Amino acid sequence: MPVTRIPPVPSSEITPRDVWMNRRTLLAGAAGTIAASSLPGTAWAAPVIEPLSAPRNPAFAPSDQPTDKKLATTYNNYYEFGTGKADPARNAHTLKVRPWTVEIVGEVAKPRTVGIEDLLKMAMEERVYRFRCVEAWSMVVPWVGFEFNKLAALVEPTSRAKYVRFTTAARPDEMEGLRASRAALDWPYTEGLRIDEAMHPLTMLTLGMYGETLPNQNGAPVRIVVPWKYGYKSAKSLVRIEFLEKQPVSSWTKAAMHEYGFYSNVNPEVDHPRWSQSRERLLPGLFASRKTEMFNGYAEQVASLYAGMDLKANH
Amino acid sequence: MSRVAALPVPPWRATVEAALARRGVVAGLKAVIVALALFPLATIAWAMLFDPAMLGANPAETIIRTTGDRTLQFLLYSLAITPLRRITGIGGLIKFRRMLGLFAFFYGVVHLSSYVGFDRFFVLDEIVKDVVKRPFITVGFAALVLMTPLAVTSTKGWIKRLGGPAWNRLHKLVYAVAILGVVHYWWLVKRDLTWPAIYGAVLAVLLAWRFMKARTVRTRTVRN
Repeated sequence: MPVTRIPPVPSSEITPRDVWMNRRTLLAGAAGTIAASSLPGTAWAAPVIEPLSAPRNPAFAPSDQPTDKKLATTYNNYYEFGTGKADPARNAHTLKVRPWTVEIVGEVAKPRTVGIEDLLKMAMEERVYRFRCVEAWSMVVPWVGFEFNKLAALVEPTSRAKYVRFTTAARPDEMEGLRASRAALDWPYTEGLRIDEAMHPLTMLTLGMYGETLPNQNGAPVRIVVPWKYGYKSAKSLVRIEFLEKQPVSSWTKAAMHEYGFYSNVNPEVDHPRWSQSRERLLPGLFASRKTEMFNGYAEQVASLYAGMDLKANH
Repeated sequence: MSRVAALPVPPWRATVEAALARRGVVAGLKAVIVALALFPLATIAWAMLFDPAMLGANPAETIIRTTGDRTLQFLLYSLAITPLRRITGIGGLIKFRRMLGLFAFFYGVVHLSSYVGFDRFFVLDEIVKDVVKRPFITVGFAALVLMTPLAVTSTKGWIKRLGGPAWNRLHKLVYAVAILGVVHYWWLVKRDLTWPAIYGAVLAVLLAWRFMKARTVRTRTVRN
């Protein structure tokens, strides 16, 4: 029983469809210039793409040229918007990325909820990372963001924090894939890292790419990027970050345990049941002529995290 | 057959039958089928030469998926001929079956070749490992291997050499090929099984029709 009765809206006050559709188009066009925060409580979605440039960190510039932006923003795995590679670019505009908050909780001294505008105020840098999908294709992406450990420092993880779980937004109203008759995955999407992996300087809390804020299909407004692991470890559109004592189970592991392990480090020697991981296709190339490198080429920086571990058992 | 023939004979049946008895009509229709069947491949070739963006961000994947889809589709078309002949009573449809089957084989070969070249970069030991270790590749490969003798013996000469009954028995292999093909697709897909399920459902109908037919024929024989 509703406690209060919502007064009916007289039909004269209802905006005709063609009018609000026009407004929507206008907004979409103006999204680059109008700060979204100046439009509180807008009832319709408009992707927010704003310039977000930061100095490029020369330490992270692989020999390959960054992938064409159009390609990197139209070929995506983001099952919340459909399982086809072109689906997210087509459907993700319905996700409302303002206002947006990220809840940071768990084994921390100072749990807090941060707004996206606060995250955007942090000092940022651009890093060009290799991005390797478990499906044996790869891209090279200039991400904009900052090291995750800087965010962690704000909440002060306790000694009990051994793992971190990242949770993606799950909004059926705004995410077409969540309304599908058969769920592709167990929503919300969650991923996890060991605390030392999360705090590693390579792990980046990412708010932009190609000098702009993230497009929705690439995980707007904020995502994690872990360049030495397969792409699905880099969870998108984060609403919650939890520091945990026990190892969390991520969505893909839940879906197929023997196929997607907790670590999911890029490793040419450990085959996935569907894909040999020994080589990869650097998109948009035709041939998978490139040999996949251990830890996606970041072995020098991260191999020590796994010293003495059986990487086949801990795949 | 007589009991089933209670259905009214559609008036256009005789016309279609008569048309399919004429060489020129059949040759013309075959030319149309060839053009339609080669259209997807021609599109790919054109895109590769003039407009790679048409093939999307992952052109190799597009090519492998498209040719795999066509293989399954032509297999199902060829399997639909017999039920269609029986249901419509147009026997002349048989004239197009071989061609549809051969196109299935043709796209299967292109499909395998693109995997060998694009995905595995012609590295033989990786391919062997894939075929042995990856179930979806194992069944896909098996399907194409089983299709090979069918393609080879599809000529009139081979029908004569083997004799009708033996040839028919050999070509029952196409059922196994189609089942393996659907399983190949099913196992390949990561999460969304919509398309494998659609192919599977069509194949199930086509096979179920044959099964029912065989059963009614058998019971009738017993009763007589």
